[in-house]
Amino acid sequence: MAAESEVAPGIGLAPDVPAPAPARLTRWWRILLRSLAPVILALIAGGLLLLALGRDPVQFYVNVWQGGVESGGWQNSAVLMTPLLLIALGLIVVFRAGIWNLGYDGQYLLAAALVAGFGPHLLQTWPAPVAYALLFLIAGSAGALWTVVPAVLKAWYETNEIITTLMMSFIGVGIANILVKGPFQDPTVNIPQTRTIPFAKLLPNLAGTRVNLGVLVALGAVPIVYYLLTRTSFGLRLEVLGANPRAARHVGISLRRVIVTTFVWSGFLIGLAAALDILGLWAYVRANWNPGYGDTVIPFVFLARLNPLVIVPFVAFYAVLSTGGDLAAQQANLPTDFLLVLVALILLFMTVIEYLGRRRDLGHSYLTPGLREALRRPLMRRRPAP
Amino acid sequence: MARRQSPEPVPAIELIDITKRFPGVLANDRVSLTVRHGEVHCLLGENGAGKSTLISILSGMLRPDAGSIRVNGAEVSIISPRDALRLGIGTVYQHSTLIPALTVLENLMLGARSRLLLDREGARKRLAEMASMLGVEVDPEARTGDLALGRQQQVEIISALWRGSRVLILDEPTSMLTPQGVEELQKALRHLKEQGTAIVFITHKLHEALAVGDRISILRRGQLEGSLSPDQLASWSIEDLRAAIIRLMFGEETADVAGAAELSADLAEVEAEYGGPSGLVSESGVLLELKSVCAAGIGTEAGIEDVSLRVSAGEILGVAGIDGNGQRSLAEAIAGQRRVTSGTVELFGVAVNRLSVSARQKLGLRYVTDDRLGEGIVRKLGVSTNLFLKRIGEPPFWRWGRIDRRRINAEASALVKAFDIRTPGLETRAGTLSGGNVQKLLLARELSFNPKVVVFHKPTYGLDLKTAEHVRAVVRDLVSQGAAAVVISTDLDELIELCGRIAVLSRRRLVGVVDNGPHAATQIGSLIVGTAQPQEVA
Repeated sequence: MAAESEVAPGIGLAPDVPAPAPARLTRWWRILLRSLAPVILALIAGGLLLLALGRDPVQFYVNVWQGGVESGGWQNSAVLMTPLLLIALGLIVVFRAGIWNLGYDGQYLLAAALVAGFGPHLLQTWPAPVAYALLFLIAGSAGALWTVVPAVLKAWYETNEIITTLMMSFIGVGIANILVKGPFQDPTVNIPQTRTIPFAKLLPNLAGTRVNLGVLVALGAVPIVYYLLTRTSFGLRLEVLGANPRAARHVGISLRRVIVTTFVWSGFLIGLAAALDILGLWAYVRANWNPGYGDTVIPFVFLARLNPLVIVPFVAFYAVLSTGGDLAAQQANLPTDFLLVLVALILLFMTVIEYLGRRRDLGHSYLTPGLREALRRPLMRRRPAP
Repeated sequence: MARRQSPEPVPAIELIDITKRFPGVLANDRVSLTVRHGEVHCLLGENGAGKSTLISILSGMLRPDAGSIRVNGAEVSIISPRDALRLGIGTVYQHSTLIPALTVLENLMLGARSRLLLDREGARKRLAEMASMLGVEVDPEARTGDLALGRQQQVEIISALWRGSRVLILDEPTSMLTPQGVEELQKALRHLKEQGTAIVFITHKLHEALAVGDRISILRRGQLEGSLSPDQLASWSIEDLRAAIIRLMFGEETADVAGAAELSADLAEVEAEYGGPSGLVSESGVLLELKSVCAAGIGTEAGIEDVSLRVSAGEILGVAGIDGNGQRSLAEAIAGQRRVTSGTVELFGVAVNRLSVSARQKLGLRYVTDDRLGEGIVRKLGVSTNLFLKRIGEPPFWRWGRIDRRRINAEASALVKAFDIRTPGLETRAGTLSGGNVQKLLLARELSFNPKVVVFHKPTYGLDLKTAEHVRAVVRDLVSQGAAAVVISTDLDELIELCGRIAVLSRRRLVGVVDNGPHAATQIGSLIVGTAQPQEVA
């Protein structure tokens, strides 16, 4: 595929390249446009909203840039990217198979609680690499294990996984809280939280920065997941299942195996995200704590069209928006919830553009008939039809 | 055009120079068409000729790239199905758009102008009025899912005309119907014609066009090849008409196709050439055997009960019956897609009940599904990928789990050539292929890599004459190489043309097996309708 898309437009009619290259190129353009347009429109609409609130939108976005990128802000953004990216990858894997794993909160928090709970002890008794490996494994397995019940219910009894994953998520969050308040409670403080992993035992930083190794792990997972999804038989099985489950059954794909494997991979990646996040940034878990990564990352997963490579710039964008936005919101005297407004606007415009794009694909005009009529009417009134 | 009626009435619809281009295909190339009130205008053409595109444009599903449309003489733009309805153009699509769980009346009221409260009594009155207009009887309170397909289609027609449409478009309306259903449809069309409704009738079956059409237009590769006026239809002999139409439909390849048309048209000749239980049946080696197989149906679909049959090498066993009598369950039970609740399926004398679809596949069992778009292909994947969907992960196309695109493409392009799949490229999405080419793709997939037992489910359903004949030739070719075939079809003529023995499936059971011969058709017919007493199996 890569080789073919390199064919320059205009000379695409070579006999061994039957699909005309210009069409392919315009398709890429269109995908790019449809992915970026919602973000740009959301920023514009957000700017108008700021204007309406009496804030200076230009100043706000400049502050976001300064806080999120300049003067070391990029380091905070990079650290935030780690869990977001891994969770996004975990979601891409299942969504590609047409399966909805919405239990990411439970999977993440359970893994996080276990890492924070076992971390201090393990890191003291074992050499760091071994302890890290063990903690990654514990977190990944916890995340994976938490998908097994929904996976089995779906694979064997065709239970709706949206409901079961959500239910398991509630249970997972509850158990995480019990662990934090119970066995993992730090005896030295009165607040319900786990013991803190000593600063020196956290994941080492990259030379000269405050960015820990975790971001490398997350970025390293990107090409692996991409390869898995696009080049392997597992990836194709998953894609067939997602695109047409009946065809998957017809061509002899073992639905049960694919569903369970996909779920487990998803849970594993989400659990890994928790391990890197705790060992790299937080060092402990407080009761009722929930960073809500999954909810914020879902719109970007769809904007990236479930493509594990394309998700990287989107997650980077959000990380910058989030770290810089916290600061910018404070300076503009706005609650930080304003960032959620921006994310929601992206979702809104994504829906609109997706709808229009589909109309376009079907050969309709971008305008819906009703809208066209509404636009035409004021003009018609001036020139009454004969 | 010889006898010009004094004042030419305004045509119901005029399409002028309609052009529609899809990536890689020119679906309609400056097509102009006139549809008049009180006339059935048949649109005839092979699959992929551009009939469906033209109709989608007329019904507002697609917009033309160029050209104009006039309705009752006034130029209009149809940009949504709602526009089409407002202009009085009602369409009955090939596949049902009724909601099976709702009653006839409820389905019809869905199409009505929305008001806050449902006007049940008004709707009931309107239904009675429309039913008498069509000359049919419809129970307003019947659940549409329970109705026979022919009856459902009548409801669809009523629904299309519900808001007073004066133009009715029927897209391949007979493809789902039994012979009686077709007859009823023709009667209804005659009624409508008398009321002055303009009817566009799309088909790829020549004899149907000749039977119902007042005017016939022939499309080929997106272009209007020619039209036959009512005068010509009335004055020419059937043979001349047929020859003229075949020339228009198939162009330069006329010679061999004319032979094919002759084949399927003239049953007696066919029987002389291929028929008879002799020849194809060999006693040696039973490849597939079903012993008292039961399988449960899914939803409203019938299961099968106590089905036993055996197929030997070099044999084509037909399974006749009206659709919905357990055909799909039978096919899926053999293929391994449906669990067998009791009895055994044996391949080469070994029970395979517990083997998965892919395991049976590897043994040489293949299933050419009838639901080509629904489960046969993955629309958004490319042609080459679709050709290898049943071999995912198998060497040499996948090594260590990694796909070898080059090898797959090489093999795929050979298959595309061998099975004459018309596609712009190997990476073209399979969903954009025409129906006939999708079937060729499925045949290429199932019949490559050493097939031994192949189940064909409605192998020529919805295909044009030429592709259908091609498919039958493929089936014959397959068994001549020592494989066994099971052909499940609702087309009795086809079974008689192809098979040595024909089993009859009725109400979930195999009610008899008939050796093909001079009286096979009547014997099968009486088994299907149940006048011949089925042998009761305890």
